[in-house]
Amino acid sequence: MNREDFPMLQEGFVFFDNGATTLKPKCVVDAMKRYYEEHTSNIHRGDYDAAVKTNALYDGVRKIVSQFVNCDPNCVIYTSGATHSLNMVVFGYMRKHLKKGDEVLLNKAEHASNILPWIKLQEEIGIVLKYVPLDENYECSFESIEKCVTDKTKVISLAQVTNVIGDVRDVTRIGKFCREHHILFNVDGAQSVPHMKVDFENSDMDFLSFSGHKMCGPTGVGVLIGRRELLEEMEPLCYGGGMNAFFEEDNSYELKEIPVRFEAGTPPIAEVIGLGEAITYLMNIGMERIHEQEVSLKKYLLEKLKEFDDITVYNQNPNSGIVSLNLEGVFAQDFSIFLNHFHIAVRAGNHCAKLLKDEMDVKNTVRISMYFYNTFEDIDQFIDALRHRSEIFQIIL
Amino acid sequence: MDENLRREIILDNYQDPMNRGLIEDSSYVRERMNSESCIDDLDFMMKIEDGKIQDIRFDGEACAISTSATSIMIRKLMGLTVEEARKILENYQNMIYEKEYDSELLGELNVYDTIHKQPNRMNCALLPSVAVKKMLEKLK
Repeated sequence: MNREDFPMLQEGFVFFDNGATTLKPKCVVDAMKRYYEEHTSNIHRGDYDAAVKTNALYDGVRKIVSQFVNCDPNCVIYTSGATHSLNMVVFGYMRKHLKKGDEVLLNKAEHASNILPWIKLQEEIGIVLKYVPLDENYECSFESIEKCVTDKTKVISLAQVTNVIGDVRDVTRIGKFCREHHILFNVDGAQSVPHMKVDFENSDMDFLSFSGHKMCGPTGVGVLIGRRELLEEMEPLCYGGGMNAFFEEDNSYELKEIPVRFEAGTPPIAEVIGLGEAITYLMNIGMERIHEQEVSLKKYLLEKLKEFDDITVYNQNPNSGIVSLNLEGVFAQDFSIFLNHFHIAVRAGNHCAKLLKDEMDVKNTVRISMYFYNTFEDIDQFIDALRHRSEIFQIIL
Repeated sequence: MDENLRREIILDNYQDPMNRGLIEDSSYVRERMNSESCIDDLDFMMKIEDGKIQDIRFDGEACAISTSATSIMIRKLMGLTVEEARKILENYQNMIYEKEYDSELLGELNVYDTIHKQPNRMNCALLPSVAVKKMLEKLK
């Protein structure tokens, strides 16, 4: 659906790498172009017309985000992306509030940006990282999480949807459990927010991170949402202009209120405006429709793949648009180069989930990650390409 | 070079590479090559005795180009003096980067003389040469 909005979607080109980044609709690029061509100006301190317009658009995006994921607009912090957001949670909040021996529950399907900051914090202050075992389908269930909780568990940090397996974690149930047990609930929404309706308040999340570029928005911008009382206690990682109320020679200073306290320096203004446009665009389509389209595409793809007994699919079950697979006897990267010859863009590798190999017994896969603008014809083109797989080395060498 | 011959040499070395599999031996120098640009991940080990390369072995997961280049490189370098090996490595890297080089020195390594046409594969072809260079540095 909506293919006409995407200039890159030319006849014959199949973009199946949406887990890495998504294509940009023309309206998003146009909104950023307008900023650059019609009202370039910095935020917060300009009294001229262009600056007033920029300010209104920039601050207005907080409201758009709050409507999109149901949260307080004053608790929407602009970041450079989900990685930055997650690092702010770990080093801005957790470093100050956790102590030696406190347990943080993770799992091995997580992306590097929800593991490596924690490993670093463990090195710094001696917290204990525990990995919730995945089930036989490499999924992370509520029951499995519950079993790992002890009286030392202070944080559960996980992706709502993982980027290789694509399993959808029951964040509402996990959030409720966390609230009841006074455990902080940190959610990586990079692969969920672009694809389904996410509700920050009703899922009892304490922190939610996501990126703009994985949801039709520009690169270089993302969001961190936090519960107000937690954000009040979070330390900025960056100090400078725009975030201070005053500072004096005697070393006294005062910071501004949240959320601008966390946005030192000139932010990515055009990108924030582009993000707002992207979210509005997605809301107009409807997140339920987007999710339904992806699930039906996956179902169709799995059905078509049944005829190939040399294709292994690692994630049959999850209700999302991600399919991770391998072609028997072919290295994932060679397979993706082969698909490129048929104008099909996929991603080969471990997809930054470098601990997942411990559970899956396979290090690299080819990942097909779909979005609402993918079609059944895209899948047919992929299946047609597969029929040439016996010629793979003639094609790629 | 004839395209069929080129493909055959690459494929033979990919499907049945020389000296795949590491051994326990402390007299070898080791190097892990985790490509920055792709997902090749190979471990190398090399033994030098009396100024000559006695053995190079490797293991791990990598694409057809990296694996075959490693195999062909091992065949080429075994038994050579360190100086002879350096000369080949330099000429090989020059070939990949489209600089001047002596093709007569390179033997079957010439199969990668057009790899620059696929820029995203140049690092795959370079991988074994970088590994051997790093191991030679360690032995200095």
